[in-house]
Amino acid sequence: MTASQIVPGAERHLKNHTSLLASCGNSLTMAYRGLLKIRRTPEQLFDVTLQPILFTLMFTYLFGGAIAGSVHNYLPMLIPGILIQTVITTSVVTGVQLREDMDKGVFNRFRSLPIARIAPLAGALIADTVRYGIATLLTFAMGYLMGYRPAAGLGGVLVGSLIVILFAWCISWIFALFGVVARTASSVQGISLLILFPLTFLSNAFVPVDTLPPWLRWFVTVNPLSHLITAVRQLANQGSIGADFWLSFGGAAGVVAVFAPLTVRAYMRRA
Amino acid sequence: MMDHTSPGTGRAAHRAATASLAVEAHGLVKVFGANRAVDGVDLFVPAGAIYGFLGPNGAGKTTTLNMLATLLRPDGGRALVFGHDVQREAQIVRQLIGVTGQYASVDETLTATENLVIFARLLGLPRRSARRIAGDLLERFDLTEAGNRPLSKFSGGMRRRLDLAASLIAQPPLIFLDEPTTGLDPRTRAQMWETIRSLATTGSTILLTTQYLDEADQLADRVAVIDHGRMVAEGTPDQLKSTVGVASLQLRLQAADDAAEALRIVESVLGVAAQLPEATLVTAPMADPERVTELLLSIRNAGIHLTEVSVQKPTLDDVFLALTGKTAAEEKGAKT
Repeated sequence: MTASQIVPGAERHLKNHTSLLASCGNSLTMAYRGLLKIRRTPEQLFDVTLQPILFTLMFTYLFGGAIAGSVHNYLPMLIPGILIQTVITTSVVTGVQLREDMDKGVFNRFRSLPIARIAPLAGALIADTVRYGIATLLTFAMGYLMGYRPAAGLGGVLVGSLIVILFAWCISWIFALFGVVARTASSVQGISLLILFPLTFLSNAFVPVDTLPPWLRWFVTVNPLSHLITAVRQLANQGSIGADFWLSFGGAAGVVAVFAPLTVRAYMRRA
Repeated sequence: MMDHTSPGTGRAAHRAATASLAVEAHGLVKVFGANRAVDGVDLFVPAGAIYGFLGPNGAGKTTTLNMLATLLRPDGGRALVFGHDVQREAQIVRQLIGVTGQYASVDETLTATENLVIFARLLGLPRRSARRIAGDLLERFDLTEAGNRPLSKFSGGMRRRLDLAASLIAQPPLIFLDEPTTGLDPRTRAQMWETIRSLATTGSTILLTTQYLDEADQLADRVAVIDHGRMVAEGTPDQLKSTVGVASLQLRLQAADDAAEALRIVESVLGVAAQLPEATLVTAPMADPERVTELLLSIRNAGIHLTEVSVQKPTLDDVFLALTGKTAAEEKGAKT
């Protein structure tokens, strides 16, 4: 075993800060690590692969006849709804995995390296967009197999997909905050799903709003997910961008504006 | 005490004066709730040394190390690594250290190569250099064959070696090793010792924690004994051992009737006071091992039969007994 002599500590010239360029590089490396981990443990992807397939099949055949008269007529309404439900649920994983990561020995090594403090958090957030992409792709593919032909064509679907992924990324800041402050990974999962369950189901994802009692209708129409679902429906089925698109966009930006600083501050106190 | 606080000593001048110290700590304190885990530790580690931090479980070794490695914020006192403050200049300190924790600080789901490449990339190496240095380190630590296996298939010793390899990517002048051999089998332990020694020959300073007196003795140039967050002794291993005493020779007799005669022979040949802790057990401090041959011959000539001959080396317990008047276990019991 041989090794060259190292440079003595006192003779090194070093800076006490990490440049923006280096910070971006660190974050991308951490994202690469996240993707590698997904590749090594593909079972992590069960939620984003099985949920779109299972839910789309289940809800279409269960509700199709009752709500839209036929399965075929239900698809244009359901697919965007299922898509948003799936992708938003996937964003919970960001928080859960962040907590798991922070509890492991490897996190201590990251903290002992001269890298941007924010890199592990940023890397996790970046890597997770890939999960949203997979969930989006599978949901549309499933819909296509069942006979869904978006009237707006591929362009509308693509723009719709992008806004869903962007929205999920913005929402994942909330769950990242839970991940940073929570004590265990399972509590992150528990709290997050408790919030998401009513949000996704009490929306216009599965049923027409006008069938609901007034108090519920009120909640469904203020639910930001309803606006996102409407925006994606308009994009995929009519190729149009309406008020709901801009509302969703603004809402997502608002979530990031509020939660990104909170998450970063909570995270930096521990990193 | 050093006069580092005296007025007129500029930071630069102070840095030059302490450049030969890899670690310098004054009155480090860390409190967890009601427990003063580290309670005023002063530490001076000369550059290029292997420095041992010796103490029982829960003595505050890891907590001290984590403060020096910028992983924990001290509640009191200050620490410098090559003259850089671990709190105010944390990012500089991180460029000077490599940390190998007690628990695997590598990614379980990834392969050895992937782990090293990611750490190298984080340290700013371009992709090709990262791959090269990962390959070099795997070879140096005898892990080349296992390079593409996920860590879940690694043995404890392989994991430790990879962990250490990961700490060496940036060729840091100061390496922290937290209990590098705890839980390893004797052969792997000897290999790890060899690795640590060869690391020191490259000019790195090594600060290691251990629960074993013989490990500190084998590796360290200087040893600090820590207990209840306080340093109870500091010096070379020889100085430390001289406070503890030498190894003790233990002779197990076949017949208890021979005890008095055996005791007399031991005392006359070795020239020390021997003891008879059990009916058939004679013990004596073994200051000069060369005289043991003579002693065994005399015993045989006297017609005394032995069933067992053994040498008991001083243990951490003996150190604590000598330094604090209590064994480590008693101390622990007293605390809880």
